[in-house]
Amino acid sequence: MSGLRYWYAENRGTTFAFGLFVLMFAIYLFNYPSALSSNVFQTAANKAVLLALVSMGQALVVLTAGIDLSIGMTLVLTNCVGSWIVTGDALHSALGIAGVLAAGALCGALNGIIIIYGRLQPIVTTIATGAVYYGLALLLRPVPGGSINEDLADALTGKVAGVVPASLLILLAAVVIVWIPFKRSAIGRAAYATGSSESAAFLSGMPILRAKFASYTLAGLLAAIGGLFLTFFTDTGEASLGSANSYTLFSIAAVVIGGVSLLGGKGSAIGAIFGAFAFRSIGDLLFVFNVDALWQPLFQGVILLLAVAIGACGLFRVRNRLEWFQ
Amino acid sequence: MQQDEEQPFFQMSGVSKSYGGAVALDRADLAVRKGRIHAILGENGAGKSTLLKVMSGVVQPDEGTMHLDGREVSFASPAGANAAGIVCVYQELSLIPDLSVADNIFASNPPRRFGMIDRRAQRHQAEDALARAGAADINPLAKVRDLPLSRQQMVELAKGLAHEPRILILDEATSALTAADVARVIEVLKRLRDEGLALLFISHRMHEVKALADECTVYRNGRHVMSFEAGTRTDNEVVEMMIGRKYQHAFPDKPTDKPGRRLAAEPVLTCRDLAWNDTLQGISFSLKPGEILGLGGLDGQGQRELLLALFGVLRGCAGKIEIDGKAVSITSPVAARANEIGMALIPEDRKTEGLMLPMSVRENLSFAALDRMSTAGVIDRDRQQSLVDRMMELLAIKSFSVDAAVGSLSGGNQQKVVIAKWLIRQPRILLLSDPTRGIDVGTKQEIYQLLRRLADEGAAILFYSTDYDELIGCCDRVLVLYEGRIKKELVGPAITEQNLIASALDLPVGQVSPSTGVAL
Repeated sequence: MSGLRYWYAENRGTTFAFGLFVLMFAIYLFNYPSALSSNVFQTAANKAVLLALVSMGQALVVLTAGIDLSIGMTLVLTNCVGSWIVTGDALHSALGIAGVLAAGALCGALNGIIIIYGRLQPIVTTIATGAVYYGLALLLRPVPGGSINEDLADALTGKVAGVVPASLLILLAAVVIVWIPFKRSAIGRAAYATGSSESAAFLSGMPILRAKFASYTLAGLLAAIGGLFLTFFTDTGEASLGSANSYTLFSIAAVVIGGVSLLGGKGSAIGAIFGAFAFRSIGDLLFVFNVDALWQPLFQGVILLLAVAIGACGLFRVRNRLEWFQ
Repeated sequence: MQQDEEQPFFQMSGVSKSYGGAVALDRADLAVRKGRIHAILGENGAGKSTLLKVMSGVVQPDEGTMHLDGREVSFASPAGANAAGIVCVYQELSLIPDLSVADNIFASNPPRRFGMIDRRAQRHQAEDALARAGAADINPLAKVRDLPLSRQQMVELAKGLAHEPRILILDEATSALTAADVARVIEVLKRLRDEGLALLFISHRMHEVKALADECTVYRNGRHVMSFEAGTRTDNEVVEMMIGRKYQHAFPDKPTDKPGRRLAAEPVLTCRDLAWNDTLQGISFSLKPGEILGLGGLDGQGQRELLLALFGVLRGCAGKIEIDGKAVSITSPVAARANEIGMALIPEDRKTEGLMLPMSVRENLSFAALDRMSTAGVIDRDRQQSLVDRMMELLAIKSFSVDAAVGSLSGGNQQKVVIAKWLIRQPRILLLSDPTRGIDVGTKQEIYQLLRRLADEGAAILFYSTDYDELIGCCDRVLVLYEGRIKKELVGPAITEQNLIASALDLPVGQVSPSTGVAL
């Protein structure tokens, strides 16, 4: 019983994000019962998975008390890379996918190296590298274009067995292959420790540098999976500054809704995934209620504020004011 | 020097270390043997901490050599020292607040299965380590952040033991422990010694040194002064070696010692039935100008919360607080420090609650009294400078410049800055939460003198200390708290170690002997 209590204490943020998403999704289904079989839902799921992948990556970095403002640019860059090289026969496409993933991981690794060895602050570093990545994307695709292996695109953006969106399975795979081993490994724990108290982690002889490096690199990798997906989804490569910026900012919003502390050390990528789902559901709900799309940013902002405010409600119960500052 | 024929297990020779221009260690030597408890003594700034940091790989020496088990060694990081079997339990906790106790104990080397952390094994091994450290009551799944400081320190010890050390270093590792914990830790350390471990420890508490050490080494100004068998020198001799000057009375005279001095008649602060959550219950007392009132008892019995409640930090307090006989409601530190109340709080943790470490001494000294040194919201540099200068002089704060970052000062001088920033306001009521924790003997004495002088000038002082000697030496009266209630009030000559400990444990005071059980 007490084990359950400790589990809940650790996963409160994740549970909250999950609850929020379930609530919004229930409202969605209630008003649009035929959603599950429609193409609208398929599109919504694909978009949500895209943001969820980027948010997972952001969560990995935020856990170390860092932040990756270049993650949206990495997504856009890998989208452009993908539109060049994921083509042709099966072998060629497979090599192309490996190339895209490597490019994303490289972007993340570069962030990590600069932050660790250059001792620069993550905010400034990733603003700068983000501009570089976007610049590269522009060089690759001055105008939108390119294409992608269409069989693969159809398979991965469609449904498996006619029910489950394939994109959700990809997300599940990313959780199983990236997040769970990370969370359970000594490196992952060192990432949490670094975010919580870097000096204590250092004094405990934990691998701080490797942990940060792994976090940034995996964030780049997850952004690349997202970029690949964006390419499958749109069948084109586009160096869009607008979407790069919004993915960066939305990923931070998703991470916060998902209960990952921006101070580091607390939360999980699972929370970030549900945070992303909840955030994306806002737009889908507006669609169901026939609200003009122009209202979407305004509502997203209001819901984000509300979600964060609910998360902060616990502060009202604090009776020792020093705890506000911890 | 050592006459032992046996080669020491660990030996450090001619080790020097400078930080910028400041020499922390000056050709220091140390010899450590297996199966012995070795106390390192010295004032703050004597180089003790640097010595241990060099040993445990946190800093690298400028020159000198280290030999472990006959082989020359050097450590590039704490991990390297751990691998060689040298493990340090720190005074500044090295725990990670957001991780569980078990995660912390196995922070650097968790049990693994298929390359991933085996959480079940880790939990069981953490339980074992906690039991070995004498802290089996701590749940390994609890988050470290949620534990009180004294429990955290026990986790820190368990973490050290989980490394299977050959040399265990304790750097002020008992400073936040409760008396009951200290007794258990002493037992644990003696057992480890008998198992053949080499133990090194720094403590400012002389009775712990006496209870534990087999051998003592004194350092002063970064140099080795003398090593000797425990019990072969008197307290005064040891203290003289440490401070390098004649040791006189540690504590200033109390007014009761001077005939003809009387306290003011009316209390400045009266507390009636103060209560907060379950932590404080029915707290009633009064405090007069010129009086030093001690708060005693085991650590964590509500003493800190009482000070925080008075200072307006806690919300939802029940009961009444009266200043000069008039009921007041103190809703925030801003209200508490206002002129009509005139309260100041020297908080428990100077590094996080008392100081802005990267900012200058001048700024830090100014923070509590910016309103006194500014006109229409603009800081008057001259007035600031004169107040700061006065405080630097009054408390003899040693800093090469008032523009130096306060974090670069020694612990004792940092604490003086915390006290001085409040003295600028000339508080009528001074609340102190364990103000001498982890600072050197010399500064402690200066603080005792200062408190008595402030009291003589009419301040009312409420002084919480975890050190019984301080309560005995400094206080006119002591309130002993137990589970959030005042269990006993000890006045004047009744403030003895035996009475303090007895009432802290909620035992009858004045018991003749435990065997007869007869209370006087």
